[in-house]
Amino acid sequence: MLTAEEWGIVALSLKVGGVAVLVSLPLAFGLAWLLARGRFPGKVLLDALVHLPLVVPPVVTGWLLLLAFAPAGPIGSWLASWFGVSVLFRWTGAAVAAGVMALPLMVRAIRLSIESVDRRLEQAARTLGAGRWRTFRTVTLPLSLPGVIAGVVLGFARALGEFGATITFVSNVPGETQTLPLAIYAALQTPGGEALVLRLAGISVLLSLAALIVSELLARRAGRGLHVL
Amino acid sequence: MSFDVHIAKRLGETEIACRIESGDGLTVLFGPSGVGKTSVLNMVAGLIEPDRGHVRVGGEALFEAALGVDLPPEQRRAGYVFQEPRLFPHRRVRANLLYGWRAGAGAIDVDDTIALLGLAGLLDRWPRTLSGGEARRVAIGRALLSNPRFLLLDEPLSSLDRARREEIMGLIERLRDELALPILMVTHDRGEAERLATRIVEI
Repeated sequence: MLTAEEWGIVALSLKVGGVAVLVSLPLAFGLAWLLARGRFPGKVLLDALVHLPLVVPPVVTGWLLLLAFAPAGPIGSWLASWFGVSVLFRWTGAAVAAGVMALPLMVRAIRLSIESVDRRLEQAARTLGAGRWRTFRTVTLPLSLPGVIAGVVLGFARALGEFGATITFVSNVPGETQTLPLAIYAALQTPGGEALVLRLAGISVLLSLAALIVSELLARRAGRGLHVL
Repeated sequence: MSFDVHIAKRLGETEIACRIESGDGLTVLFGPSGVGKTSVLNMVAGLIEPDRGHVRVGGEALFEAALGVDLPPEQRRAGYVFQEPRLFPHRRVRANLLYGWRAGAGAIDVDDTIALLGLAGLLDRWPRTLSGGEARRVAIGRALLSNPRFLLLDEPLSSLDRARREEIMGLIERLRDELALPILMVTHDRGEAERLATRIVEI
């Protein structure tokens, strides 16, 4: 059905998107928690910074990532001296770009779900002998789970579709950084590439649709038994 | 002395001050709505920190402003029945009941509690399917099963119909007489207060 080359593009896209979301999920949850529950000076600034990739042109985000991860850049030099690695022109760099672009969407969804958890239930858990950690594990986390799932899927879909920041940051290297959107772009630039464009575009739509359906089903399962205090 | 509470707290524009010194049995905290009765219970449970004063139950200091003592709620072992049931919506009745279950000296038996409260038929239900009276009984059972040292009941009879009120009132009388737990109960209904109280504190 699909050629080996097309499978390679799909597999790479899933790998980049999956790693991007899984690695940024703990960070997204931590930020969402801080924004939902924290009280500290500079919260408005943090909120704005988190949302920046959502509103800044992706090309600018990609360029900033390039500056940061370049061999002489603050993160790039650190990665090189401690781990001897570079993410430039590598699939890991594509995952970084996708993760950064997906982060605001994940934070938004997770923050909303944390804010919607009834804190009176947490108080009840505390009086029943549960410490902060157990209360978090057994009350806050399960009750915010539908939102976390929604955030993950939204982030994953966004990561799959990432284009501007990726091509600016890690270029369009077939087999390494050429995810679906980049492959579609490359095929569009090639005479006679229309058939490939059509097939890749179809795959993109199907993947996104599948992600949305899976998230809806998972959220329903997680939300079973909820709704009423 | 079971409850020895002397606390003050400013919440917004209201100054809440309360002094309770009571022996065994059921102490009713009585007063009109809006004077901070629930806040007093929250301070005894450790959910709100008083500005000054002390909270001692059965001789143990739970809060002592002068000494910097302030036990977190999970260490106070209050059996707190809130005004709303506050059942965990993602856990069935059985799991709600056992959430705070603690074995140990004086621990109440699970089966006995279920029988006492008539909960046997509800164990596999989700909280959202319970009626108001059923949810209230589950909330009481959950508090009892956490092996508390004292009970806090916040308007346990509100929003129940007459038959349910009678049923829960009888239950509270049994808890008062059969368990040796000190109980602090909030109500704004004088009839309830006079029927149930060993002692009434007006606020």
